[in-house]
Amino acid sequence: MSNVFLKTSSLSVGYGEKVIIENVDINIEKGQIVTLIGPNGAGKSTILKTIIGQLPAISGSAELDGEPLDTIPRKEFAKKVSVLLTDRPNPELMTCEDVVAMGRYPHTGALGILNDDDQRIVDEAMDLIHVTELRDRDYMAISDGQRQRVMLARAICQEPELMILDEPTSFLDIRYKLELLSTLQDLARSKGMTVLMSLHEIDLAERVSDKIACIGNGKVDRFGPPEEIFTGDYIKQLYGLTVGSYDEVLGRVELPAITGKPQYFVTAGNGTGTRLFRSLQRLGIPFATGVLAENDLDYPVACSLASEVVSVPAFHKADEASIARVSKLLDECPTIVCTLNREQLEENGLSSLIERMNLEEPSEQ
Amino acid sequence: MANELTKQQRKSRSIIAFVILFVALIAFFIVNVIAGSVNMSMSDILAVFTGSGDSLYSDIVLQMRIPRALAAVILGGALALAGYLLQTFFHNPIAGPFVLGISSGAKLIIAICMVFALQAGIKMSSTLMIVAAFFGAMMAMGFVLVLSKRIKGQGMLIVGGVMIGYICSAITELIITFANDSDIVNLHNWSLGSFSGITWSNVSVSFIVVMAASIAVFMLSKPISAYQLGENYAANVGVNVKVFRALLVLLSSLLAACVTAFAGPISFVGIAVPQLIKGMFKTSKPILMIPACFLGGGVFCLFCDLIARIAFAPTELSISTVTAVFGAPVVIWVLIRRHKSRM
Repeated sequence: MSNVFLKTSSLSVGYGEKVIIENVDINIEKGQIVTLIGPNGAGKSTILKTIIGQLPAISGSAELDGEPLDTIPRKEFAKKVSVLLTDRPNPELMTCEDVVAMGRYPHTGALGILNDDDQRIVDEAMDLIHVTELRDRDYMAISDGQRQRVMLARAICQEPELMILDEPTSFLDIRYKLELLSTLQDLARSKGMTVLMSLHEIDLAERVSDKIACIGNGKVDRFGPPEEIFTGDYIKQLYGLTVGSYDEVLGRVELPAITGKPQYFVTAGNGTGTRLFRSLQRLGIPFATGVLAENDLDYPVACSLASEVVSVPAFHKADEASIARVSKLLDECPTIVCTLNREQLEENGLSSLIERMNLEEPSEQ
Repeated sequence: MANELTKQQRKSRSIIAFVILFVALIAFFIVNVIAGSVNMSMSDILAVFTGSGDSLYSDIVLQMRIPRALAAVILGGALALAGYLLQTFFHNPIAGPFVLGISSGAKLIIAICMVFALQAGIKMSSTLMIVAAFFGAMMAMGFVLVLSKRIKGQGMLIVGGVMIGYICSAITELIITFANDSDIVNLHNWSLGSFSGITWSNVSVSFIVVMAASIAVFMLSKPISAYQLGENYAANVGVNVKVFRALLVLLSSLLAACVTAFAGPISFVGIAVPQLIKGMFKTSKPILMIPACFLGGGVFCLFCDLIARIAFAPTELSISTVTAVFGAPVVIWVLIRRHKSRM
């Protein structure tokens, strides 16, 4: 492995004598973004806390840039590594700018007075995270999401080589989640910043991370690029999902399907059915759908939510067997809904069933 | 937002606040020297300084009023600073040496030492007094630290501290009750808190100790600022949290001990002054707060001592009576304001 920046070797972490995660072996190259995912309480934070020295390692070791972590002097470490923790500080009478400027601590003199350079870096960090308009506000008087961003600006203006972020997206709305991750990507690409973080949003983790470490069952269960992680039913197994489903390819979550004898038959395709499937799930109505090719836009959601999906292989039209099955379902279901029009039905090879679809021209969505 | 100040406004506010504090300090100092149960005119006082005055006046001014006023400045400053450090340490706005029982702990050990010294016929030196007080302060601080580990919640910590204070005071009273009666009066006055009877030797010893401690505190302003974001963030920017916390404990105990050694336990200065100063400066930057709290403590104690001396002259009130009257409402105000800001 070339250029390994952070490396842990057989690291065991936990509280006191109690080991929570054993044999953590991860290595991160400079400029990479690595994310820890895993269920609540699995030990993601424990690993991060151990790396930043907040908890002593129980056994094993960790190295930063080739140096064992416990030999790096406190001040040197502070210049190399900054953190965003889940702690919620409540400083009295500090403006947001004061809080951000605290990130300059390792770089300032004995009394901590900022010089022009420090001030410029503080301003830039606030600009980057879009918190400049909060600069004179009292830190305690802003929202949780704003505080999270102020603390992020603080971590950035520390000018570290490695940022360790524990659940950085908590309290952020979708806009700032995306901005945060895109900022991290920019920092990694343009400044070679290395990022190690924990995320709850596995879909976002998959998109932003160069590597993902899956923490579960007291160990690092998998460690590698996202394409090696998100396979099959792995997420379901890692998080112990017993309710609902997670789509590894699309990063899509669905609530559990309503089981039982289908009350509705939905003829859908090309994305016309997805919203209806979810409405039926919300209403608690079991339904069947078909005929869907396996590459149809509606197919993944149908698989998650329908009690039965009549399908054909990708790029195929309905065949005899599937038409027969649909015909039977049309007999059994009290209500029939068709989201396709006549041409689309013909296109899908369902011409023989058109008259049973109660089509009103033009068909409504 | 109405109370949102720009950086520039904060800066000018700080400058004005410092000027006000300085002017108030000098003004109160002069008034404290002039005013008192013995009526003196300005010319009498000036005569004392030119050496042509009445020797009684000269004694009163040079041996009583000036050392007393100096002590109020030095010890008041020390007390405010001790309060500020404890508030930082516990992240608790109403922590202070008196409520946490630290002053009472110091008082207890001094009382024990004094009783033994008096019975043995020895007079305790200023230094010995501070050593005894420091020992007592550290003892009480030790209890408070144990409590703070065991109980969660800011309010409970204060209740625990108050209890420690009561226990120490009760034992002190017990000792005083059984002490040699000829000295009881003296000891009793001191145990209520007073700047009376301060000598030049007390002033010089306390000046040295308090100045050394205050400079040390000022040098800690950088880690104190980082500590405002909590232990973990402080550690991440390079603060050695263990050493830092130990220094806070030692320095705040030393400052509180020094005050108790010479003036007895004085209530509320440690809580009220830092709060008033924060309200005045609208910031909590340690680099400003440390000198400002010191000045503010000096002003507050000069003011309270003046009232203690002249309000019912020739009867003198104990200093704590006066500091409580002005300090306790500040604490109530802090509690109400915090409650409001959380809603």
